[in-house]
Amino acid sequence: MTYAMEVVYLFSSILFIMGLRGLSHPETARRGMHMAELGMLFAVIGTLVGKQIVTWEWIIAGIAIGSAIGAAMAIFMPMTAMPQRIALSHAFGALAAVLVGVNEYIEKGHLGELSNGLMSAIGFEVLFGALTVTGSLMAFGKLNEMIKGAPITYKGQNFVNISLFFITIGMFVYLIFFPYDYVTFYWMIGLSFLIGIFIVLPIGGADMPVVISLMNSYAGLAAAATGFAIDNKVLIIAGSLDGSSGFILSIIMSKAMNRSFTNVLFGAVGSPQVDTTALAEQRPISRFSIEDTKFVLEQAERVVIVPGYGMAVAQAQHTVRELSDALEQRGIKVEFAIHPVAGRMPGHMNVLLAEANVSYDQLLEMEVINPTMDTVDVCIVIGANDVVNPAARSDKGSPIYGMPIINVDKAKTVIVMKRSMATGFAGIENPLFYEPNTKMLFGDAKHVMQELVAEFKKV
Amino acid sequence: MPFSIDPIYILVLAGFVGFEIIKKVTPTLHTPLMSATNAISGISLVGSLVAAGSDHMTGQILGFVAVTAATINVVGGFMITERMLKMFKKKEKKS
Repeated sequence: MTYAMEVVYLFSSILFIMGLRGLSHPETARRGMHMAELGMLFAVIGTLVGKQIVTWEWIIAGIAIGSAIGAAMAIFMPMTAMPQRIALSHAFGALAAVLVGVNEYIEKGHLGELSNGLMSAIGFEVLFGALTVTGSLMAFGKLNEMIKGAPITYKGQNFVNISLFFITIGMFVYLIFFPYDYVTFYWMIGLSFLIGIFIVLPIGGADMPVVISLMNSYAGLAAAATGFAIDNKVLIIAGSLDGSSGFILSIIMSKAMNRSFTNVLFGAVGSPQVDTTALAEQRPISRFSIEDTKFVLEQAERVVIVPGYGMAVAQAQHTVRELSDALEQRGIKVEFAIHPVAGRMPGHMNVLLAEANVSYDQLLEMEVINPTMDTVDVCIVIGANDVVNPAARSDKGSPIYGMPIINVDKAKTVIVMKRSMATGFAGIENPLFYEPNTKMLFGDAKHVMQELVAEFKKV
Repeated sequence: MPFSIDPIYILVLAGFVGFEIIKKVTPTLHTPLMSATNAISGISLVGSLVAAGSDHMTGQILGFVAVTAATINVVGGFMITERMLKMFKKKEKKS
């Protein structure tokens, strides 16, 4: 590799780091992205000019097709489909890493240059890559509802997964010492693909934020391993940035659910099936009509809206914003409280509300809003359930005990918009609904919101 | 290839830099962060280009698929990140 190329790659790496730093604030974020884009352009042009490129037709075809598909996806994909898109793109990135790894294995194998070090790098690359490809495709399928979203479990699942994992690791170690055993190499890739499928199979919809973050991390690690295999530093740097990003996000997500990684990955198996029928005692609930809701809201000074996945499903974000505008016109302060795991991926609610033109300084994190919750007059819960369940605070027997929640029950009045009394994803009864200050407003989130907004416009 | 410690140095240090930077990313932008890191990890494109531009048939075919997949990530990832970031606006307070 020439000196000039190393310098170009160094520039790219710096631009990537500065680009990600821009994301610390919405105002600097776009400039940051432009830097990262420039970095990518440098790296690509540098490679095309500096590396030994013999044939061009495959490169041009690949870039043309890839750009067309990528651009089409970016332009036409609705914001509500963002979790699926992110999951899918992890699969693409990892696929590229696997293929580069296989190619490197074949090429260096022919030349008889497969050292132990190189084999370790290629091994990591294809292992992480392959399980990310299928794992992300599974996540995509579940998010897109092509596969049943609920956990799929069977007896001995953990045993199967763990054995599969150890067999694959065993093959990897064997290959490091005997790198020319290509049959084992392809078997190892095959088994990694299987691991990716099996690992996501038992994971349910509400745990998707962790899975997506984890896949983000793995895709990065695969890219970093590619950098080791082909001796390219910008790949190592970009890969480890991606890897640490996904890692941090998974930690944040796991913490927000008060669960460990292992619990998310292996938790679905053997977790006691909560018998909801026994819990659903006939306690009285109080219901609100649209008019009641309007009346209470008009009296309020400070209103907090807590969105959940239900808002995304009902696509109610635009009507929610209309309500927020109507309230603000009356001089009422409106804020949004966002739980880290609300929705199906990190930041899901923020993107939807931003799409609906909600100002980003109205979007508050759980830790910010909770200490002031007792000064809130009305709290509206839209399509959120487990993240506002006070049982997480008080009921030691509850499966979500210890999970940090948004303390909506501390508000003077809580209005819960819900389709029915059905339990949330975790299948846990929510004592919030029976609190004296809780009013239930049944119906489809979007319809109810529309009626409410219409009610406000009447005057 | 004699085993060199250099790349491990880079990996570890870049990991630390990444950790410090990502920790400061505002939670509001966690989704754009994911699509941005995704686009950046499309840097595998660099390796794919070399494979696709080689003179072996296998390398060309594997490389072609890899270039396509990585380009989807790079182009799509950056475009969708921009599309999302454009939406994050601050309303001037009308009072």
